[in-house]
Amino acid sequence: MRRAALAVTYVTAVAVALGFLLLPIVAIFTHTSPGKLLEQLSNPVVVDALVVTLKTSVIAQLLIVALGTPTAYLLASRRFPGHAFAVTLVELPLVLPPAVAGIGLLAAFGRLGLLGSSLEALGITLPFTQAAVIVAVAYVASPLYIRQAIAAFEATDPSLAAASRTLGAGPARTFFRVVLPLARGGLIAGLALSFARGIGEFGATIMFAGSLQAVTQTFSLAIYAEFDRNFDATLAMSGLLVLISIVLLAALRIGLTWQRSSSTASSSLFGLSGSS
Amino acid sequence: MATLVLDRVFVPLRSFGLELSLAVAGTVALVGPSGAGKTTVLRAVAGLVRPDSGAISIGDEVWFDGESGVDRPPEARRVGLVFQDYALFPHMTVRQNIEYARRHAAEEYLERFGIAHLEAARPSSLSGGEKQRVALARALARDPDVLLLDEPLSALDAHTKAGVRGELHDLLAALDIPVLLVTHDFEDAAALADTVSVIVDGKLRQSGTPSELVSQPADSFVASFTGANLLHGRAEAARNGAARVRLEDGTVVSTADPADGDVVLAVYPWDITVASALPHDSALNVIRAPIRSVAELGNRVRLAIGPVTAEITTESLARLGLGLGSDAYATFKATGTRVVARHDDVVSVRRATP
Repeated sequence: MRRAALAVTYVTAVAVALGFLLLPIVAIFTHTSPGKLLEQLSNPVVVDALVVTLKTSVIAQLLIVALGTPTAYLLASRRFPGHAFAVTLVELPLVLPPAVAGIGLLAAFGRLGLLGSSLEALGITLPFTQAAVIVAVAYVASPLYIRQAIAAFEATDPSLAAASRTLGAGPARTFFRVVLPLARGGLIAGLALSFARGIGEFGATIMFAGSLQAVTQTFSLAIYAEFDRNFDATLAMSGLLVLISIVLLAALRIGLTWQRSSSTASSSLFGLSGSS
Repeated sequence: MATLVLDRVFVPLRSFGLELSLAVAGTVALVGPSGAGKTTVLRAVAGLVRPDSGAISIGDEVWFDGESGVDRPPEARRVGLVFQDYALFPHMTVRQNIEYARRHAAEEYLERFGIAHLEAARPSSLSGGEKQRVALARALARDPDVLLLDEPLSALDAHTKAGVRGELHDLLAALDIPVLLVTHDFEDAAALADTVSVIVDGKLRQSGTPSELVSQPADSFVASFTGANLLHGRAEAARNGAARVRLEDGTVVSTADPADGDVVLAVYPWDITVASALPHDSALNVIRAPIRSVAELGNRVRLAIGPVTAEITTESLARLGLGLGSDAYATFKATGTRVVARHDDVVSVRRATP
């Protein structure tokens, strides 16, 4: 009797939770047809938003990987005074409301901001340019990559790096041939999370970069701008974003499965590395 | 063969400092209890740990010198280090693991270690013995000036261990570079090395051939480490420079060594004879007690009789008709009863000189 009641409770909870998570996504696709979705691909607002989103996202993620990977490796492999502080700092943007991040970026890099005059002297104006979108996305999304990368590096067995050194490999060769391949699964997962967060960025971007079509108007901003003008376009862009997210998740799963079959390195990744 | 020299190498550890001078030519085993700093010695030689002071050199090549500031990175030291858990790269095949040490050398080492059939396997699919061979092949493919082995037999099950120990002995004997190995097991050390050095709490206690350590243990720790029974008692001087010692349970035994006051006696299990009746030879030390336990070791058995453990053949146990719980007489000669220094009290207790 008791067990039956428990089972019913579980099933109900799971059904409600999954239904709740899935319903909005289903609704987007039932409100629009594939034909209408394709039709919107010739709408200049949608096309511009797609181009701006992909371009800024790719550049921002490249920057995040280029600067975040060495940062994460250092934080994972060395202990130094202020280490805990540095790790906390890396995670700060996670807890900062995006609008606050946007204001902060303006206050730092805006014309009247902390670095504004020095940037102006160099002939650089950041706010309300495409570069500002990249900065905003990098600021908000980087913690997701760096956190995951730290965990991935910490999970690699330090005696493997030591073995590599005693076998004649210097620090660079050790990193690229041993540490990086073993941490790869975690890095890919972090990148996927960071990418997803970056594509959905809204608050910091609209504060720091504005919403200028073909310049700084990303998908998320365009959806908001078109909301009361062209609901079909809004739905189409939402549908496209959902598709991009699904492709990203699928690529991540495939990448991780492949990684697991080619090595025994464990990578614990927000539940994705379960028992698939 | 070049000699690996550690000269007053000092590495601070959590609760004590490792302080060691050692010359390694041939095969030297560093033995001691867990946490004695043995692995740290290997890491210091390999360049993975930086000592505070001292010097490490091989032949006329200096790898570390605290005074002049020489500290070669691990990749510039030409060491072959076999890790306790082998540290094979899990994302590479056996062949790739070996080629990581030296390109185009895989064939030779796959062949030499009898692992050619495993070349495409991943380390995770190998048995303990196979992993060790791959680790050794990889370490030697580096063409090292010195081979370091960290607990080479501890990751193996008892059945595999006996075979691997023999193989490893033959391999080490054929090498023409110094070998420094670390183990917590005296038997493994004695089977593999020419010289055994005992370290406790980061300090060298005694160095010698395995048989020297057994016949003249420097203190009670070395004695018990090499397998001796330790008997605590109080000595009364007797004639001829020998002594009689009253043990804690009241039994009185003789030793051929001079002794005075509170002493520790060492008796090896194989120096003890077991009888079912009181032997006639009154010169022998006798302990009478029921047999507390019987442990078989191949064709030998270890019997716990009172405060001592005796080792006799399975055959003689059967002939004596003794078993668990039966009263037995453990007898041993005064010359096989050595006085050893208590290791926590080395200075105050006199030690017999042979």
